[in-house]
Amino acid sequence: MSISDLSPLSAQGGSHVRAVHDEFHGDLLEVSMGPHHPSTHGVFRMIVTLDGETIVKLKPVFGYLHRNHEKIGEGTTYLGSMPYTDRLDYLCSMTNNWAYAIAVEKLAGQPVPERAEYVRVILAEITRLLNHTCLAGFLMQDLGCSGTPLMYAFREREYILDLFESLSGSRMMCNYQRFGGCRVDPSADWLEGAKKLTDRYGAFLDEFEALLTGNEIIMTRTQGVGRLSPELAIAAGITGPMLRATGVNYDLRKVDGYGVYPRFDFRVPLGAHGDVYDRYMIRILEMRESIKILQQALASIPTGPIMDPKAKLRGFRPKAGEAYGRIEGPKGEIGFHLVSDGSPNPYRYRVRPPSFINLTVLEDMCLGHTVADAVIILGSVDIVLGEVDR
Amino acid sequence: MIAAVTTDAFLERAPVLLRDAVTGFLPEPWHTLVNALIAIALILGIFGTLFAFITLAERKILGRVQNRPGPNRAPIPFLNVRFFGLSQPFADGVKALTKEDVVPRDADHVLHYLAPVALLAFSILTFAVIPYGKHLVPVELDAAVLYFFAAGAATELAVFMAGWGSRNKYSLLAAMRALAQLISYELPLLLSWVPVVLIAGTLSTTAIVEAQAGWKFGFIPHWHVFTPWGFAGFVIFMVAALAESNRSPFDTPEAESELIAGHLTEYSGFKYALFFMAEYFGMLALSGMAITLFLGGWRAPLPFLEFIPSYVWFGGKLIVMILGFIWIRATFPRLRIDQLTRFAWKFLVPLTLINLGNAAFWSLTFHWTGPLQIVRWAVGIVLVIGPFVVMGRKLSAGVAPRTYRYA
Repeated sequence: MSISDLSPLSAQGGSHVRAVHDEFHGDLLEVSMGPHHPSTHGVFRMIVTLDGETIVKLKPVFGYLHRNHEKIGEGTTYLGSMPYTDRLDYLCSMTNNWAYAIAVEKLAGQPVPERAEYVRVILAEITRLLNHTCLAGFLMQDLGCSGTPLMYAFREREYILDLFESLSGSRMMCNYQRFGGCRVDPSADWLEGAKKLTDRYGAFLDEFEALLTGNEIIMTRTQGVGRLSPELAIAAGITGPMLRATGVNYDLRKVDGYGVYPRFDFRVPLGAHGDVYDRYMIRILEMRESIKILQQALASIPTGPIMDPKAKLRGFRPKAGEAYGRIEGPKGEIGFHLVSDGSPNPYRYRVRPPSFINLTVLEDMCLGHTVADAVIILGSVDIVLGEVDR
Repeated sequence: MIAAVTTDAFLERAPVLLRDAVTGFLPEPWHTLVNALIAIALILGIFGTLFAFITLAERKILGRVQNRPGPNRAPIPFLNVRFFGLSQPFADGVKALTKEDVVPRDADHVLHYLAPVALLAFSILTFAVIPYGKHLVPVELDAAVLYFFAAGAATELAVFMAGWGSRNKYSLLAAMRALAQLISYELPLLLSWVPVVLIAGTLSTTAIVEAQAGWKFGFIPHWHVFTPWGFAGFVIFMVAALAESNRSPFDTPEAESELIAGHLTEYSGFKYALFFMAEYFGMLALSGMAITLFLGGWRAPLPFLEFIPSYVWFGGKLIVMILGFIWIRATFPRLRIDQLTRFAWKFLVPLTLINLGNAAFWSLTFHWTGPLQIVRWAVGIVLVIGPFVVMGRKLSAGVAPRTYRYA
């Protein structure tokens, strides 16, 4: 019996696996990929059982970067947790901040001025550009490009990080959102810089796509690899571009319509196959939509206060109760669940990390594929270990 | 005119004259031995230096392609002058020599030690039969081409030795991949130059270069690459050479993102440097052979450029080929091992076989002139493009750019 005869999932759940020691077929090979492996995107480990080069079992191991994030959140004030959310997904600190701010604002019934909402949308979409660009670069690196797409992506990333730095003082750990607004008001110069970036970004995407999207090697490597069915994706709680690549129309920007997103005209690209190529392409197309949102937001950003004047930063004590705030982060639904007992600290602080939940279907996507595919499937999931391990 | 001819001839013969001047001091019985030793020393010296600067050029060019400067810090020793990082390869050499040589405890020490040595030895052997200039052929062999590929094929053994001897799972996977890949690509590599032998009627590299002498219409050289079968053979040869020398996009055995460093995972220090060197030597040797077989060897590309010595032309062509290798590496992602072998067996091998028939047709119609000459070219071109298009379509069936819908 060859591995292709096996269905990846048995009726009882779990995967069919041939015994590691088998007198007739010979032994299977168990390889530990990670925690220090060039392409595990941090300290992630996959214990892979191989039949030749075909994966018959894949056991993800994580927690190497566990740092008690949620318990720390219970021990600090609401505001004190804000910089910690930067460290979850260190590529997307702006969206992490926003998701946390939304949760706390819901808890405290705190309104947000319009200008701040616009700034938040602008920053979230720039973060989406940043994240998807980096992801595409990393994915191509995993595919074996010797650095060229990655360096192109990182060139653009630097421009974005310059913007973040000039606004918040930090390139990656922005700590920018506050409950009831944003920390500093972006200057006209900054908005002009963001506009320039937006105007230029389409040309970069064109260049990137000209190099990669139509490439025969990339298409043969990624099409049909790591398929994820929409049923499994929904059952496993997959969100973000990974879910939309399977063809499920679920984008929180449309579903929840939080912030000022309903005012902008943008489309949600959907895949049909749920394979690595779809996941790559959905992200590229999403970036093009983000550019559209950015253009509209930058053209129509109103003047006014950046913080709600009644917002309380010191001695902030929300009423007892609980709230769940979520946004469409670049990687999927990033949410924070907070339970307040009326004290300055949350009673319970819980993160819904999209990286971690999207990673749970890794084995289902990898079974029957080769080691080389496992690497790009992992790359296409788009994980940041800071968020997976928390 | 006469003066020009003499300088031309002098420059052409300069290396040989120099060698004879050195050996002239010795008694007659020693001449053959010393001549051979000088040739060996020259090959090692020149290709060793070339290797050093190609690594630098590769890193520099990759850097420029990727919007970064590349290595530019290594100063000239004792002067503290940074000259484009030109001393980087020597700094790397010192580093490799002084690094600790780590051997895994459970490794097969003999194989682990022998693998880089064997790889390097076999790849140096291949340099012996390449004609570097009109008078510069280290060893004149009747079956030089056969010898070249026999010695080159032995490098597969060394890669497997390294993978097996390291006792590392990544190395073992790499060794299996390397065997599958090298054996698959050996076939198109060998079959792609058979048409050349068919047309030239010899296995001697010198005679193959001789066969490419002369000009069509007074300016198009009679190189094999300027014929339909020759062009196809050259392209297939280069694709197979990329795979044989483990270069991107066929670098599956040492696929960095998958197998860490493949068969090199457990190598450090100078053994690693030897592997590195052997791979570049292999690349240089295959490029040299491609030049000899298809690109007219040491011949000038245009008649009025023939005053430049032949070895300069050979060196120039070699550098252009290497730059091509680097360019390809900077551009393409890697194929998967099964796709790679499929590409060899289902695409390249049939193409080479058809190309062989094409070359046979070409050689049987050598006397066709006038309108028949046009027919000859048309048939030749159709026999190249037709199978390429048909099989290419089959190869990439099911793979196409997609269109996406929006919610």
